[in-house]
Amino acid sequence: MNLTIRYFASLREVLGERQQLTGVQSPLTVAQLRQMLAHSSPAHAQALQAGRAVRCAVNQVMAADDSPVPDGAEVAFFPPVTGG
Amino acid sequence: MGAARVVIQTEDFDLSHEVRALHLQDLGVGAVTSFVGTVRDRDGAAVDAQVGPVQRLELEHYPGMTEAAIESMIDEAFARFDIRAARVIHRVGCLEPGDPIVLVAVASAHRGESFKACEFLMDYLKTQAPFWKKEHFPEGARWVDARVSDDECLARWGIQAGNAGC
Repeated sequence: MNLTIRYFASLREVLGERQQLTGVQSPLTVAQLRQMLAHSSPAHAQALQAGRAVRCAVNQVMAADDSPVPDGAEVAFFPPVTGG
Repeated sequence: MGAARVVIQTEDFDLSHEVRALHLQDLGVGAVTSFVGTVRDRDGAAVDAQVGPVQRLELEHYPGMTEAAIESMIDEAFARFDIRAARVIHRVGCLEPGDPIVLVAVASAHRGESFKACEFLMDYLKTQAPFWKKEHFPEGARWVDARVSDDECLARWGIQAGNAGC
């Protein structure tokens, strides 16, 4: 399946704004996608490594580690939010 | 037809205009509770001696998701409290200490419900709306860390949605 990955804040600064992925295995959870991305470069490994506080949204809705990632989804990874 | 419930903008907002509009658009409204958050020049009680005072604050958001997330928070506030209208304005871009950053205003027939709903919306927004703050100092900059205490504020309302933790 095909996915659009987006990064915000400190993750955007090191990984760029967006990434297109094609031919991704399905089914896939958020945790599996994060692990897959972490293996794609040393910068990704550092930014997305297990134990770092990273939040995720699937199609612009907050998602959990076990949330499914559907084909065509926009998946965003970002640090904990600090608005208000 | 009132103004949009959620606005994300770089410009400042006019508190008295917003509060007046909530009173006048519905004459069944007897109470408006408003909260305004402003940019501080420090994170803790005192200015950090290592880095000096914050000179400006950069606010990033996730266009589309931010608005939708706050819309659904307002829906949740309507489900929980007997309120008649709500409006949230959040600024993004470059701000300076003292600048207003967020407005939450809630209207109800009597004060109790709007007080509660206003606090609920702020607690929710702090931990679930996609905004990120970066503080700029005389030398250097740093992203602001999320606070566990903000997660605890949301937990008071029976919502377990961790933000600050791993």
